[in-house]
Amino acid sequence: MSPGTGLVREIRSKNAGPFWVTIDVFCRDADAFEVVRTRLQTAEVARVLQADPQRLKRFDISDLHVIKFSLPRPHVQGARLDRDMHGASFAVLVQEVLEAAGRSG
Amino acid sequence: MAATDADRGLNAGARPGTAPTAHGQGADPQVRVLIPSGALGISIDPAALETGLAMAPDIIAIDGGSTDSGPFYLGTGTCKYARASIEREWAMLMRARARLGVPLLIGTAGTCGVDDMVDWMLEITAEIAAEDPAGVGAALKVATLKSSQSPATLAEQFSHGAISALEGAPDIEAADFAACSQAVALAGAEQIQAALETGADIIIAGRATDTAVIAALPLARGCHAGGAWHGAKIGECGALATDNPGSGAILIEFDAAGFTVQPTGAGVQATPHTVSAHMLYENADPFVLHEPGGHLDVTGARYTALDARRVRVEGSVWVATDAYTVKLEGARQAGFQTVSLVMVRDPHYVAHIKDWVEALEAAFRARETSNVAGDFELEFRLMGQDATLGALETQVMGIEGGTDGVHEVGVMAIITAGTQVQARDIARLLNPYLLHFPLTENEPMPTFAFAFSPPEMDRGALYEFQLNHVLRLADPMAAFVLETHEIGVSA
Repeated sequence: MSPGTGLVREIRSKNAGPFWVTIDVFCRDADAFEVVRTRLQTAEVARVLQADPQRLKRFDISDLHVIKFSLPRPHVQGARLDRDMHGASFAVLVQEVLEAAGRSG
Repeated sequence: MAATDADRGLNAGARPGTAPTAHGQGADPQVRVLIPSGALGISIDPAALETGLAMAPDIIAIDGGSTDSGPFYLGTGTCKYARASIEREWAMLMRARARLGVPLLIGTAGTCGVDDMVDWMLEITAEIAAEDPAGVGAALKVATLKSSQSPATLAEQFSHGAISALEGAPDIEAADFAACSQAVALAGAEQIQAALETGADIIIAGRATDTAVIAALPLARGCHAGGAWHGAKIGECGALATDNPGSGAILIEFDAAGFTVQPTGAGVQATPHTVSAHMLYENADPFVLHEPGGHLDVTGARYTALDARRVRVEGSVWVATDAYTVKLEGARQAGFQTVSLVMVRDPHYVAHIKDWVEALEAAFRARETSNVAGDFELEFRLMGQDATLGALETQVMGIEGGTDGVHEVGVMAIITAGTQVQARDIARLLNPYLLHFPLTENEPMPTFAFAFSPPEMDRGALYEFQLNHVLRLADPMAAFVLETHEIGVSA
């Protein structure tokens, strides 16, 4: 998805197999990466995703200017209570965290 | 005309990597793998394919599926794509193979890669061969590699400790393995290499890792192991690792030190960023990729632009494990579903949509549960409110948050029951409520919008993924069946 912010080129989320979902935040450049990595607090991302912070994996990849989160899916892909077969909508929540952090300075 | 075994240096029984190759051997191996598309059935760009063929690949390899479209395809053992798409694109690749005299390989045939889908692809292959022997080769040797597992056998293996859970796996017991309608093991490079060693013109593999179908030949011919697996990961989705993901084809050239990525679509570029970023795609860990027999570590990988289109990668590491394991996938039936969808446009009801659904559900359960035979699940999803994210939704609408920008809501009722008849009957019991249920007792009876008659839509069986486990094997071939077939040979 296009986040509509100058800091980020793309935020995407996708299944990493049926049991995990992974969210990639592609920053525009090294400077933006440093800003975004500070604004995206892991605890806040875990809160909006309703994820166990102990099982939310975070990777700050400076070479690529990417921040990546991986977590077990709230519901296994395609199970009765799953709502998003490809896990594509989790990216929206991370974008909202980033935007809220930007507004609060 | 079909290539002979000697043309390819893949005589049956020959050890991988010892036979002569077109692009180097021994201490200076070089293998070119053409990946014509991210998956068979989603389209192949003829021009990009043609450009790739002109680069003299040693093999044409393509993926045929994954779990990405959900558990239905494994549960039912069926293909996601139209047979017509598969036939058209497979015929293109069979003709390309015949022109070059190189092997054509597909992994995870028919989306899910069960044995029936391997047979289905073999049937399609034979039909194409019969229709166009001049184009695809009059006499073809086809190897099939089957990956299906007996759920009952898996239950025994689990009980004996040969199966272990991966992180995030559901907490299941032996009986849960037996309950799977279909189960497969993911073949790795070893099983694909065994298929290549038959000297087959065409290899149709059942469930396999996306990477194994690309890495198998480079590994067999002695290319850098870390480079082989890393390059395979980069190429697994075709041109997704380029600046134009929709352009389809990509060629990976493997050698003793690493690999080089080159897209074949007109004007398409691979850059260090597009290539390195693809390691993130559908991968929980951006640096590690687990495969049968070990894992790939790209922490030390170096990405260098050779020019505007090509990227060179070195420094990836393959870490072999002592135990050889293959990943398992299984799906089980979890009831039958019927769906009813009603559209609410009345502003009064849109403004109070959550209250309306809660009252409707309460009234339905109070009045109708005794009329339902057997257990059932009833779930409402409000499209225009929180149907996508459910409890994770952050935007509050309806009576609490106002209705700015919301003028209609789709109310989807999902009924899950033990049989289709039960699910449909419950949906029919629910229908009068969806059609006329008033928000309060003292208001005119409303009527809401259904798009169809009948309004209920039977979804058939619901399937759920069951397994996130690995099976330990003493012999990599122990869980797989390799056969060869002669097609188009006149009696």
